[in-house]
Amino acid sequence: MRYLSEYRDPKLARSLVRRIRSEATRRWTLMEVCGGQTHTIVRQGIHDVLGDSVEMIHGPGCPVCVTPLEQIDRALHVASRPDVIFTSFGDMLRVPGSACDLFQVRARGGDVRIVYSPLDALDLARQNPDREVVFFAVGFETTAPANAMAVWQAARLGVRNFSVLVSHVTVPPAMVALLEAADNRVQAFLAAGHVCTVMGWTEYEPLARRFRVPIIVTGFEPLDILEGIWMAVRQLEEGRHEVENQYVRSVRREGNVPAQDVVSRVFELVDRGWRGIGTIPASGLGLRPEFSDYDAELKFDLRHIEARESEDCMAGDVLRGRIKPMECPSFGIVCTPERPLGAPMVSSEGACAAYYSYGRFSAHEEGSAGTAAPRHHPSPDDTRQEPAPVAGGGTSRA
Amino acid sequence: MPEPNATLASGLACPVPVTEYDRVQLGHGSGGKMSARLIRERFLPLFENDVLRRLGDGAVVPHAGPDLVISTDTFVVHPLEFPGGDIGSLAVHGTVNDLAMMGADPLYLSVGFILEEGLPFDLLDRVVASMARAVRDAGVAIVAGDTKVVDRGKADGMFINTTGIGRIPPGVRPDPELVVAGDVLISSGPLGRHGIAVMAARGGLGLAAEVESDSAALHPLVALLRDRIGGGLHALRDPTRGGAASALNEIASTAGVGIELAEELVPVPGVVRAACEVLGLDPLYVANEGVLLAFVAEEAADEAVRALRSHALGSEATVMGGAVAGHPGMVVLRTGLGGRRIVEMLPGDQLPRIC
Repeated sequence: MRYLSEYRDPKLARSLVRRIRSEATRRWTLMEVCGGQTHTIVRQGIHDVLGDSVEMIHGPGCPVCVTPLEQIDRALHVASRPDVIFTSFGDMLRVPGSACDLFQVRARGGDVRIVYSPLDALDLARQNPDREVVFFAVGFETTAPANAMAVWQAARLGVRNFSVLVSHVTVPPAMVALLEAADNRVQAFLAAGHVCTVMGWTEYEPLARRFRVPIIVTGFEPLDILEGIWMAVRQLEEGRHEVENQYVRSVRREGNVPAQDVVSRVFELVDRGWRGIGTIPASGLGLRPEFSDYDAELKFDLRHIEARESEDCMAGDVLRGRIKPMECPSFGIVCTPERPLGAPMVSSEGACAAYYSYGRFSAHEEGSAGTAAPRHHPSPDDTRQEPAPVAGGGTSRA
Repeated sequence: MPEPNATLASGLACPVPVTEYDRVQLGHGSGGKMSARLIRERFLPLFENDVLRRLGDGAVVPHAGPDLVISTDTFVVHPLEFPGGDIGSLAVHGTVNDLAMMGADPLYLSVGFILEEGLPFDLLDRVVASMARAVRDAGVAIVAGDTKVVDRGKADGMFINTTGIGRIPPGVRPDPELVVAGDVLISSGPLGRHGIAVMAARGGLGLAAEVESDSAALHPLVALLRDRIGGGLHALRDPTRGGAASALNEIASTAGVGIELAEELVPVPGVVRAACEVLGLDPLYVANEGVLLAFVAEEAADEAVRALRSHALGSEATVMGGAVAGHPGMVVLRTGLGGRRIVEMLPGDQLPRIC
């Protein structure tokens, strides 16, 4: 298939793998920033073919995973209102809030709908003038332009029954937070290709210099990822630390200027909580005051809703690359995609779900070979058995 | 409407997500783990008996003379009409195929209609005519029926239940428990067309491509396999709801074997692959209504493929993997790059990814 098969050619992929394995003189630790890249790595078994040359740590770039609990709770609250049509990208629906998820709100009568674009949500608002349509505007710089455009269009068209619940985050501050951590293990980054398609890579140049870390702007197909890894390994071996662009067919240094423009007209930088990580200053986007009529938090008075994370969920350590998903004691036992404890188990982009779906097999093999000793090796039987009752289930343990 | 999040308003939050649902969720109808739990926890314990416990596509009931198979299925597809079929033809093919997967020749169907007040007769007539055609083509007869009408808003146009009876010829009795390591897995055709056709017909996807549902009665293929490889035919499944991934997980778990798929052999038509890329879906989880998966003895595999290919419905039949002794209960896909990943049974419906 055009534009797909040429980036999945097994022969080329194998030759890149050989190159990586022969050029790496030691085991390097890389982080792919974006959840879409995690998905490709695990789905294609790339981590399985790299052997000892490279360890991949899955970064915080899964929008579903990093959306803070209180923002989920606010979504649940507004989606429960009888006058609201709540619209969202599909995989937000199963993210657990404090008490339930959006699917459960729907089963209780809430009008929750999956859309593929915020502009579809805006159309819904125009078709249903007697209802309030709320769109859950989550994601990184990739989804921000379309979400900004929906607000911009709503204002231009004078659509009053449309609003957005914003939980946008941006990549560079999260990378800084990871690099500044005392226990940081990341030696090079695969930056998120689609984020850079919008933003370009000038923001990453000071990071590469300051932290002496190679940053490769990388695409999402198997050959993209492997080439990105190879470019990172080459820099590490040569002692360089630069921003390089692997994803040349999509990304320019300055990015997509009109897209940046609409984002900066509608959104401004705000402090944002990251699920599992905490608040990172100036790491998110919020609506500018002139668009406050479209802010669902104000329209439905949601700001008083606060929430506290499960103490059993080690999502923060997973998102920071401190532990592999299967090293979490809850992984595959109490926490499964069927009944997720934390967000990384929900989306197929989430590191935990990716490992659960695709990675347990290799984890199982590693374990039986006597290497890396994860605390738990869920066998297929483990995962099918009923989860052990969680102490305090249904009551507050805060 | 009850207030689901009374705790939220007060700012108190329970740190543990709800792990038990107190009412039916859409995911309980997905064919994934939530469906399995619904059946295992709420139906099976109360209806418990030796026949039902096997949870096959159909039930073999003790009877003087040749064994009879009974199967029932209810159809709630939306929209009612889609490229390649409609709820009527689907209701016939679905139940006929469930009987066929037990190795049976389908004989009789009963049909129950739940019609919504206001359903246009021209639509009902089209669906009934399509059912009649499907029944005639399949060589079965509708011998009993029932009709109910419910208030407007209480059904999505119409729902149809069909129950079928078939007869198993002596000799061959495909059963997932017969699958052993070394068996070869054959797909009778390309995967994913029904699910994508229905999703496209629902609209809102903006797909330019045309995909037709593969909906078809599969018992002629089963008869061919029975005749040509006899006891070499070990198990059959039609990968409907939940797709090939769910069907294979069920077989792996029942047979206690591992199943290995080779990515480059899994038959996915280009248009299905493209639609799945755009929608963020995995074709292995997309529904089929005219494809069967067969586990056959290694030495019978070539003949099985030849037999299937001799029929129009099986012209693209292909080997896509097999049963192995390692990783029992687990379905593993070997990727084009030589890596491996688990093909897991999904909890509920497949969710489109954000990016």
